[in-house]
Amino acid sequence: MKFDTPATTNPIDQLKVIGHATSRIEGPLKTTGRATYAYEWHDRAASAAYGYIVGSAIAKGRIASMDLSRAKSAPGIIAIVTAENAGKLGKGNYNTAKLLGGPDIDHYHQAVAVVVAETFEQARAAAQLVKVDYTAAKGSFDLSAGRDGAAKPPGRGDNQADTTVGDFPGAFASAPVQLDATYTTPDQAHAMMEPHASMASWEGDKLTLWTSNQMIAWTTGDVAKTLGLPKENVRLISPFIGGGFGGKLFLRADAVLAALGARAANRPVKVAMQRPLMFNNTTHRPATIQRIRIGAGRDGKITAIGHESWSGNLPEGRPETAVNQTRLLYAGENRMTALRLAMLDLPEGNAMRAPGEAPGMMALEIAMDEMAERLGLDPIEFRARNDTQVDPEHPNRPFSQRQLVECMRIGAERFGWSKRNAEPGKQRDGRWLVGMGVAAAFRNNLLMKSGARVRLDGQGRVTVETDMTDIGTGSYTIIAQTAAEMMGVPLDKVVVRLGDSSFPVSAGSGGQFGANNSTSGVYAACVKLREAVAQKLGFNSAEIAFTDGQVSSGNRSVPLGQAASGGELSAEDSIEYGDLAKTHQQSTFGAHFVELGVDVATAEIRVRRMLAVCAAGRILNPKTARSQVIGAMTMGVGAALMEELAVDKRNGFFVNHDLAGYEVPVHADIPHQDTIFLDETDPMSSPMKAKGIAELGICGVAAALANAIYNATGIRVRDYPITLDKLLDHMPDA
Amino acid sequence: MKPFTYEKANSPAAAASAAAGRSNAKFIAGGTNLLDLMKLEIETPSHLIDVNGLGFDKIEPTSDGGLRIGALVRNTALAADARIRRDYGLLSRALLAGASGQLRNKATTAGNLLQRTRCPYFYDTNQPCNKRNPGSGCAAIGGVTRQHAVIGASDACIATHPSDMAIAMRALDATVQTARPDGSIRDIPIADLHRLPGDTPHLETTLTPGELITSVTLPKLVGGTHIYRKVRDRASYAFALVSVGAIIQRDGTGRVAVGGIAHKPWRVEAAEAEMPHGAKAVAARLLEGASPTKENAFKLSLVERTLGAVLTEAKG
Ligand SMILES: Cc1cc2nc3c(=O)[nH]c(=O)nc-3n(C[C@H](O)[C@H](O)[C@H](O)COP(=O)(O)OP(=O)(O)OC[C@H]3O[C@@H](n4cnc5c(N)ncnc54)[C@H](O)[C@@H]3O)c2cc1C
Ligand code: SF4
Repeated sequence: MKFDTPATTNPIDQLKVIGHATSRIEGPLKTTGRATYAYEWHDRAASAAYGYIVGSAIAKGRIASMDLSRAKSAPGIIAIVTAENAGKLGKGNYNTAKLLGGPDIDHYHQAVAVVVAETFEQARAAAQLVKVDYTAAKGSFDLSAGRDGAAKPPGRGDNQADTTVGDFPGAFASAPVQLDATYTTPDQAHAMMEPHASMASWEGDKLTLWTSNQMIAWTTGDVAKTLGLPKENVRLISPFIGGGFGGKLFLRADAVLAALGARAANRPVKVAMQRPLMFNNTTHRPATIQRIRIGAGRDGKITAIGHESWSGNLPEGRPETAVNQTRLLYAGENRMTALRLAMLDLPEGNAMRAPGEAPGMMALEIAMDEMAERLGLDPIEFRARNDTQVDPEHPNRPFSQRQLVECMRIGAERFGWSKRNAEPGKQRDGRWLVGMGVAAAFRNNLLMKSGARVRLDGQGRVTVETDMTDIGTGSYTIIAQTAAEMMGVPLDKVVVRLGDSSFPVSAGSGGQFGANNSTSGVYAACVKLREAVAQKLGFNSAEIAFTDGQVSSGNRSVPLGQAASGGELSAEDSIEYGDLAKTHQQSTFGAHFVELGVDVATAEIRVRRMLAVCAAGRILNPKTARSQVIGAMTMGVGAALMEELAVDKRNGFFVNHDLAGYEVPVHADIPHQDTIFLDETDPMSSPMKAKGIAELGICGVAAALANAIYNATGIRVRDYPITLDKLLDHMPDA
Repeated sequence: MKPFTYEKANSPAAAASAAAGRSNAKFIAGGTNLLDLMKLEIETPSHLIDVNGLGFDKIEPTSDGGLRIGALVRNTALAADARIRRDYGLLSRALLAGASGQLRNKATTAGNLLQRTRCPYFYDTNQPCNKRNPGSGCAAIGGVTRQHAVIGASDACIATHPSDMAIAMRALDATVQTARPDGSIRDIPIADLHRLPGDTPHLETTLTPGELITSVTLPKLVGGTHIYRKVRDRASYAFALVSVGAIIQRDGTGRVAVGGIAHKPWRVEAAEAEMPHGAKAVAARLLEGASPTKENAFKLSLVERTLGAVLTEAKG
């Protein structure tokens, strides 16, 4: 189905199932331990041996020699695979560094071997006996040192490294009120609960991988490319995923090494990446340095806005696109943005929840707060004065929907924003300095082709199959809701099967594009199935209604299952998009409000209340949407207050590479969280009229905290995370 | 993990002599620290002596009005004990500030005292570390050191002791009882249990080979207001950046031990004379000779400010 004109009324608009706060249909499987995760397919790959990964001890250089003799004679050992004996390996389209290093080493903890043994403990013990001698080379590990040498990266599609409109330097120089400030965000880890894990089993030259992966089609292709197999010979199965946040968008070492290990061992092998390896072996959100310049008239109207961002990556790696939102969020006639990329020999930087906007908004929304203060304006009023209903770089492109100001005003009302004392450092509650902060939320809505197959059986049961994944987000549920709505059956008549490369290719889970696109693919397949049903039952499909398990027209009504009485009916289709995203800018908007306390003695920061107001198209399921947003808000608290991969700039690695050292929020850090979804449907986005929500929820949160900290203390911190040591010297006497 | 043999000890003396009889034996209690370190081959004992069957799980009054805490009393039980909560509130609060409920259910009194540092380079066996591998160097010095010691460190090691409980024990002047392989027992004042790193950071305590901790005794009650204040980036489940354990009397005198800043619980009795003069004066004495890194210099003012807050809180 081609979607190239705005959606009109369709069966989804009935909202009998869609739009209801439905609990996750796979929830009982998960809470009772019956959902099978990648490492747990014991019945399918019986007698699987265990692989344990050896990571490089240096960040850059070469393996001079490897001595496997002791490891090979360890108890239970079956095989050891290294680059030397693995045979020729390719590199996946979505990988920057090789997943099995050697002799060249590209980054710390790059896999250099997998040790396969009868038991996990034996594999782990033998792995310690692999002796590797390295010749270390000098590397670059410091973004701030690499900043001056950073280059302009190539553009990708419409997304160019630099944009300019009007005369930014002139307008900025002549602006009566100016801000020129630099902000930094650190490297961050996805730190999801389930590590990267895979089980591999070969039958001849056909490979089955049970894995934990967000993007089945990408990864199937990259397995084939890496191992030199035809794509048809690779089957990926990934129905349950214990979190990903972008860390599982790509093929990673666990899958490649499980496959290589299984080939060498001649039996199934499973590999779960050790937690201490995850932080340096896999991808992370790269650090940024961001310079923002804003010029405005005394009327509070922005006349010049400029945003430059520097990030680093391995050769062939890409920049963190932290200026994206600044191209779209606020008005202003004279504009510039620029991305620069430094070559670093740290582990590969790549997507993590809301890549680009998450770190970009961390900087931009502090800058907006600073600017509002310089103008003597309330930060909400300042943003409202600079609202734009068109893409400010291309004013002929309106936003399909844009309720930023509504989000801010409704949030202000609900949160009690008027009680905020605009003068910082004045609100005291016992030992706490109390402050409130606000930030806009913004994240683009991405359209991706997505397919599904829908089958109807004689009992009127509908089965949906798509390679879409559910990374804990609720995909199973909203897909079931979509099929139920379309086919007029209750939810318990729908079976959803996901995460299998033998199913039609979907958008996958990432970039908050999963929900809208994958359900639209299901919609398209259901439209076809409805036609097939109508034809089978001899209805004129224009007037036909699918409700309560019945198909009816006029006064004729037939049970849906009857269409399949002679055998299952099946329909497959994809949603594909035309030019609507070119003619209209599709984005999601919101506002984040935070109240927090800063301990007047220790400068410890503790959040008290949070509110997010979101305008993101139709909310398919308010319950799963809320879960996504409060989870994202929690991640935003982590970004603001604690998350940082600490770089050892001498030896080039992230030092705090476990969950004791890399702190993420715990329950005690997270107070009451409120969410409001504005009533919105976006006919430009898809037949579902929905957009993404799960990444919008993180964009701006950290800045709202930073602004609240400023309001509480009068201390403006521009370097994340905002830890107490950055406040202490400026705190008032207790 | 290296293969190891295992035995369950049935008397303190047998445990001690079994440990002394082998070059590379270790006691295991709750295992919450030792097992993690064995999995990473940071600890590589060839023999484990399980002391969990030895009893030592009671808290009993001593003849001079104190309490003797068995070495195997779990952190959860110790924190919840009514006498501890009433008379040694500092200890209860310090325990509850540490780790998580699940860990405290397993963790023992002796194991907690002997837990090892959380220096991230100690945990990464690719990195040189004098504590893990004597003579190999110290990767932390010149590296990422926000968590590390600001006082009492050496050119060989700048690690901290991470225990919260030990801070309270130090302020309370606890005494550690041990059983030795030759059948003798001895008392070690808590002040003398942990060492500074010096040139031998791998030697963390003054226990001799095979020496088994059997109990820890708290002297008779000291009165005063008991405050344990643990400062950290997140609200729970994190080691202290700085912690202050204080016992403050009505007249403003008192005791204070500080965590998160040294290789052992840091207490300077001479500094306590300054307590009536306020936090600045105490901190100045307490931190005399400090040599922080650029990344952890904030701990000096953090100690002073936290102590100030504690003194204010004590005044009510
Ligand atoms: C995730 C995590 C977070 C934590 N957070 C904190 C925290 O915030 N604050 C804090 O204080 N602690 C924290 N801890 C550490 C925890 O308190 C210790 O792991 C625990 O107290 C150790 O006790 P155990 O009985 O399990 O010791 P074990 O692991 O059994 O033993 C530790 C050491 O003591 C020796 N040993 C044990 N018993 C005896 C004995 N009777 N005589 C002589 N030697 C003995 C062992 O040989 C070993 O060397 C944390 C631990 C983890 C894993
Ligand atoms: S500080 Fe001590 S524990 Fe840490 S690396 Fe140096 S020697 Fe090892």
